[in-house]
Amino acid sequence: MNRSLRPLVATALIFAIAYALAVMQFPSMFSTRVLGNFLTDNAFLGIAAVGMTFVILSGGIDLSVGAVIGFTGVLVAVLISWLGLHPLLAFAIAIIVAGAFGAIMGLAIHYLQVPAFIVTLAGMFLARGGASVITRDSVPINHEFYAWISDLTIRLSGGGRLSVIGLTMVAIFIIGALLAHRTKFGSYVYALGGNPVSASLMGVPVARTTVAIYALSSILAAISGIVFSLYTSAGYPLAAVGVELDAISAVVIGGTLLTGGYGFVLGTFIGVMLLGLVQTYIIFDGTLSSWWTKIVIGILLFLFIVLQRLIFVASAPGEKTSKA
Amino acid sequence: MIRRSLLKLANPQLLALIGVLLINWLLFPNFFRVTWQDGRFFGSLIDVLNRGAPVAILAVGMVGVIATKGVDLSVGAVMAVAGAVAATMVVAGYPAPIAVVAALVVGLLCGLWNGILVAILDIQPIIATLVLMVAGRGIAQLITEGFIVTFTDPVLIYIGTGSFLGFPMAAVIALVLMIIVTLVVRRTAIGLFIEAVGVNRAAASLAGIRSRMLLLLVYSLSGLCAAIAGIIVAGDIRGADANNAGLWLELDAILAVVIGGTSLLGGRFSVPLAVVGALIIQAMNTGILVSGFPPEFNLIVKAGLIFIVLVIQSPLASRLAPPRIKPVAKAAAK
Amino acid sequence: MAETGYALEARGIVKIFGNHVALDKVDFGLRPGEVHALLGENGAGKSTLIKILTGAYQPTLGDVIVDGAPVTLNNPQHAQTYGIGTVYQEVNLLPNRSVAENLYLGHQPTWFGFVDRRKMERDARTVLARYGLDIDPSSELGAHSVAVQQIVAIARAVELSGKVLILDEPTASLDRNEVERLFDIIRDLKAQGLAVVFITHFLDQVFAIADRVTILRNGKLIDTKSLDNLTRTDVVRLMLGKDIAFSGATQLEENRPLGEVLLDFKGYGKKRSVMPFNLTIHKGEVVGVAGLLGSGRTEMARIMFGADSADEGTVSVAGKPTSISKPTDAIAHGFGFCPEDRKAEGIFGDLSVRENIVIALQGKLGWFSALTRDEQMEIAGRYGESMDIRAASLDMPIKLLSGGNQQKAILSRWLATDPTFLILDEPTRGIDVGAHAEIVRTINRLRDEGLALVVISSELDEVVAYSSRIVVMRDRELVAELNGENINPGVIVQAIANHKDGVQA
Repeated sequence: MNRSLRPLVATALIFAIAYALAVMQFPSMFSTRVLGNFLTDNAFLGIAAVGMTFVILSGGIDLSVGAVIGFTGVLVAVLISWLGLHPLLAFAIAIIVAGAFGAIMGLAIHYLQVPAFIVTLAGMFLARGGASVITRDSVPINHEFYAWISDLTIRLSGGGRLSVIGLTMVAIFIIGALLAHRTKFGSYVYALGGNPVSASLMGVPVARTTVAIYALSSILAAISGIVFSLYTSAGYPLAAVGVELDAISAVVIGGTLLTGGYGFVLGTFIGVMLLGLVQTYIIFDGTLSSWWTKIVIGILLFLFIVLQRLIFVASAPGEKTSKA
Repeated sequence: MIRRSLLKLANPQLLALIGVLLINWLLFPNFFRVTWQDGRFFGSLIDVLNRGAPVAILAVGMVGVIATKGVDLSVGAVMAVAGAVAATMVVAGYPAPIAVVAALVVGLLCGLWNGILVAILDIQPIIATLVLMVAGRGIAQLITEGFIVTFTDPVLIYIGTGSFLGFPMAAVIALVLMIIVTLVVRRTAIGLFIEAVGVNRAAASLAGIRSRMLLLLVYSLSGLCAAIAGIIVAGDIRGADANNAGLWLELDAILAVVIGGTSLLGGRFSVPLAVVGALIIQAMNTGILVSGFPPEFNLIVKAGLIFIVLVIQSPLASRLAPPRIKPVAKAAAK
Repeated sequence: MAETGYALEARGIVKIFGNHVALDKVDFGLRPGEVHALLGENGAGKSTLIKILTGAYQPTLGDVIVDGAPVTLNNPQHAQTYGIGTVYQEVNLLPNRSVAENLYLGHQPTWFGFVDRRKMERDARTVLARYGLDIDPSSELGAHSVAVQQIVAIARAVELSGKVLILDEPTASLDRNEVERLFDIIRDLKAQGLAVVFITHFLDQVFAIADRVTILRNGKLIDTKSLDNLTRTDVVRLMLGKDIAFSGATQLEENRPLGEVLLDFKGYGKKRSVMPFNLTIHKGEVVGVAGLLGSGRTEMARIMFGADSADEGTVSVAGKPTSISKPTDAIAHGFGFCPEDRKAEGIFGDLSVRENIVIALQGKLGWFSALTRDEQMEIAGRYGESMDIRAASLDMPIKLLSGGNQQKAILSRWLATDPTFLILDEPTRGIDVGAHAEIVRTINRLRDEGLALVVISSELDEVVAYSSRIVVMRDRELVAELNGENINPGVIVQAIANHKDGVQA
């Protein structure tokens, strides 16, 4: 079997088994209602995780995701509630701002030749700080458009409903998968993660691709922020703290190699669903406390890192950067 | 000798600290006023020392890790774990010294775990320490069972808020730790070996340096320092808050080390300058607070600071102005 | 000399890095339908010339001429548009991607912005078939052998450029059958009129495939000749710059009584690296190692020092069997090793000269018996003086020193550990004349003081001058041991060039 498929298969198996076990214990978890909520509740994480997948596939990391979600929420709320803009216009502005923000981080990473984590760390501070400077309080959004969107759901038999939010996530996963696996840009992303020196010798536009990757990640984080604001009907500067860690975890648990070059967007979807399953199970159980989520995620993260280490023993750490 | 120490004083980090303090003084004329009250000093300057202590302590541990070309993202979470251990144990009736020792041991074990992943399993440091960064807060909550465990134990509270010779206990601990670690790495060969491994691991191996033991040591030290910082923070708020204790402090610690002149690519490092880096960050923090800006403004200033440091350290800068960078590296050396 | 008919030509190329002249007025002409071997030892300027021909470097002086017209090649992609394709020594493809994608990355057929994977894989299959490869184009490149990857790299270069193919040591990690397969492909391409530049260290391969040869030495063009009227010995002589006639003039080391046996390697080797060899080394002797680059000489040094661990054979030190599986084992026995690649494996660039000198001794002392700064200064000063290390200060970073002074510092590093056995891999490469003389003087002095030394060098004069004995490496095998009168450049050249019977390619 193709070795890059192995972690993906492992994730899918773990998800199937875990879900089966959960259903055996709580039969009501097997319902359209739970599945529908699954999509809705994890939508903002899933959308951000798609962007993170591209970043990690290219061998980088983006710590600014959670902060960009928070910033976008505040920006959108302020544009709508204080300035009276139409939500769609506010969304467009937020996406453009975030895209520029990500592009600047990409430029810094490429031209300053510094590790992505420190640049995106600065980005995180900047976005959180920016959001908090705009407002320190939660800004509610009361707009008929928001109400209309929230009501717009597809009812499923069995009491479940598919929300716009959940469908947006599914759509973004499909677009993300097409982008990663079916376009030249996607092949450049994998090329950078595989070996940046080879990639540049083979004619990959490294600078342009790096900028595009981080711009994409920030744009998706902005969309995630918009979704989060739809979900909560408010913008709050400290929203989504630590979501970048959940997104990274989902990507890795979804079978993407943390050092880049291997992985699938679909895997990230399963990773997000697995994280969601852990949370839902803990809620269903009632006696387990929410902190178990973090511990279980940590354990899964560890298992997958070791699994990848065993599958991809060939590439030694730290050697990729030194030769550039 | 006198000229040497004068030159040492003229290094960019200390100048930057002085600069930040002067700006604070301009914004807030009472900034340098220190008063004596109830057997201890009070004033903004003292506040900088006190508030800066946890990050300074983290930086003391982090600087060795970064010098070996690594990074430890888990220190914030380890702080939460150590604070939780100490608080839960005193609440359960154990004497404070035992609780403190237990917390320190737990921190050390966390560091050792990271060290094993990095040195033995050869996992990239940023990835290896991510595991504990994610799981650590869960573990801390597991220990506190989800509550903010408050305590009244005088010893723990003294560690967090007490004073020694009029100075805040936290700052005294940071200073003592800095001196001990500096002496240990510089009076033994450990500092030299850390730098050698960070500069060129292949050459270090051929020169007969065992890099694995060294990596285990630096990550363990980082865990231990995180535990100390965690106990101080818990003592300060008289409770262990698994969610918020040490939140994002790993990033401040990394920033402090980088400001202190250690490159993220490993090599030359200085423990005292990393502490100075932590004080620069805190001085800015305090300056923003006392001058009436919203505290969040601080994040933006920090982002700017990272950007400036990165530009200075980047290969781009050394290409544009080659000789100007060298004195920085040299000053950081000794 | 207005020769025409060259597909690619370099005229009067000079390339200067800082104050180092890497290429000095080199001419090079490549005809369509020929395989042109480019030979030279490390530092001869081969790779610099290749980088200029592929646009990775710009020449300081001189012209690159494609089909009779001077061109400026900005980068490898730009060179590709002129039909110049390159395959590098390390396969520079993407092992994590499919074979088809590696063939077409950046040029994938698209359909409304989407990569038409089916067409790409169909095309890939057709192309690969021409190279005799029947593999699944959708399979991961890394899953295939290095030979297959190498062929894919060639296919990519030819498909995208199609006029000139530059092969930079493509056979370094291939076995004999794989090399044959590669040669069949090269012959095909040649028959199609492609001009091929072939760089290798294996003389057999040069004679098996090349039509003409260009030899560089120390950045200068030695000669371009047709291989028809050249022998192996001629080629080695041109590469190493030795005239057989010169040999008689060399002063032979008089036969001195051998010291006691210090080291005894028996059947010592490592698979895919060095074939098992026997070597006994006495105190007070210098064993010279001769052989071309890639002959296994460096690999031999590395397993002796435990930098790579041997997987067969035994070693005994002073009569006692022992095991040397890592450098610390070797150092504990009093070994020292100056590696060939000074920058990557020798110096600690950012550390001071002083620290670079004391580090091995300190490594031996361990973490806690630290040398004080004064002791370090004393040791560094002592060796700095006796080795004549020219540094403004012993506290300056060693990366600011010249190559020769860096080499002296590394040698001092080992001398400070009071060694009994030193392995020096190309200790005099790329350093100035003064430092060169100093290092040769030191080698002689150490031998007289009773140390055992193994010195690898491609400077035959030099090896002859200080060696008590010379072993010759070829094709990863120790093939000859020369004593007494046999220690002269002529015999060494013969031994290096000697072609084993019945072995092809």
